[in-house]
Amino acid sequence: MKPSAFDYIRAGDLSEALDALARHGSDARIIAGGQSLLPMLNMRLAKPAVLIDVMGIPGLDKVRREGDAIVVPAGVRQAALMRRPDLSTKQPLLAAALPWLGHYQTRARGTVCGSAAHADPSAEIPLCLVALDGEIRLRSRKASRTVKAGDFFAGMMVTDKGDDELIEAVVFPAARPGTGHAFKEVARRHGDFAIVGCAAVVTADAIHLAVAGVADKPERRSFPLLDGSALSDALNAFAWDLDARDDFHATARLRRDLVRSLGRETIAEALSCRA
Amino acid sequence: MSRLSAATRHRVAFTLNGRPVSLEAEPRLLATDALRHGLGATGTHVGCEHGVCGACTIQIDGAPARACLTLAVQLEGRDVRTVEGLSPAADRLSVMQAAFRRHHALQCGFCTAGILISLDAFLREQPHPTEDELREVVGGHLCRCTGYTPIIRAALDAAAQLRDAPSLPEPAHV
Repeated sequence: MKPSAFDYIRAGDLSEALDALARHGSDARIIAGGQSLLPMLNMRLAKPAVLIDVMGIPGLDKVRREGDAIVVPAGVRQAALMRRPDLSTKQPLLAAALPWLGHYQTRARGTVCGSAAHADPSAEIPLCLVALDGEIRLRSRKASRTVKAGDFFAGMMVTDKGDDELIEAVVFPAARPGTGHAFKEVARRHGDFAIVGCAAVVTADAIHLAVAGVADKPERRSFPLLDGSALSDALNAFAWDLDARDDFHATARLRRDLVRSLGRETIAEALSCRA
Repeated sequence: MSRLSAATRHRVAFTLNGRPVSLEAEPRLLATDALRHGLGATGTHVGCEHGVCGACTIQIDGAPARACLTLAVQLEGRDVRTVEGLSPAADRLSVMQAAFRRHHALQCGFCTAGILISLDAFLREQPHPTEDELREVVGGHLCRCTGYTPIIRAALDAAAQLRDAPSLPEPAHV
């Protein structure tokens, strides 16, 4: 398994990367950590004519705070975000979810924005972005725009990103006081793709539950503070609306069952973390 | 901006186990093939070629990386370490390698190079690992011989030894 041939462009700054994207459009792919793209290249599921490496662009590897937001630019590796000592207080959902992302070895290399760009329906980063109502900052040579995570992920490995755009950064809202967060996932083995992943955000008056691995993209639903059978009914309706399918890893029925049971456990944990 | 065309080979220079090396590589050449075929460093093994098995794990600037998910051109200017760089001398084993031998932590040895590299990187950031942490690190590798238990035992033993005797000889380039 070897990639097909491509030109390799090492961008020295953002404008070089954007110029190359404008010129090559859908023939080009951005490479950052390469942990999602290289398997696609090796298996020749992707055969770009041009790769544009953005890891040499200065300044893209620094996480920064902008008011209540945690801004993660395109060059930040997953391990770097995970190692931040304040992550569990600034955004506990990320602190809970990142250890489930791939393996120690792939997190050391893979980037946060790369996982968002790849848009695997079972992936943790897209799930957290959707659960937290985060944003994706896109940039082309002509314009910049910001897209809500719920609008960005469009389907299985399909996003709203144009061929001439790159993800400049993803934005996670920081945790607000009085809000509880929890993350749970079921996979065959730790590090495997999730069969179902759940992220819950509970505020003073609402439950937000996002689910990965069931629909063709992460989906979020908001309920009032339900409990007992009312919560069961709401979770059951959500599970059916996600239109689960059978595949090699799990049946649709198991996935619906996990939305109901794991979803409920995740909400309960988020409630207990709210104080 | 530098643009390396698909049709030609380009000089890639980096540090391998403390020594400067270079080779000619097409952009699509994987780091696994660059190391093994380009430089003859066959200690890094090639298993699945899509990042799952961990056999090809190397260190790039001290951090673990799947060589099969890395392009040779991405190694330009980097400090690369492979299993050949772990032992202090040609006829001696590192503390971790010796622990692997004592605990029977390998049989066929195919996965061993990658596991040694991952553990070496991890113990540098976490000299006091818990068993759970080590299981997570080793979980990034497939081993079909040992059942993993002796690998974890060897890693715990080696970590304790390295803590007790931090002045043990290390490879000269570290």
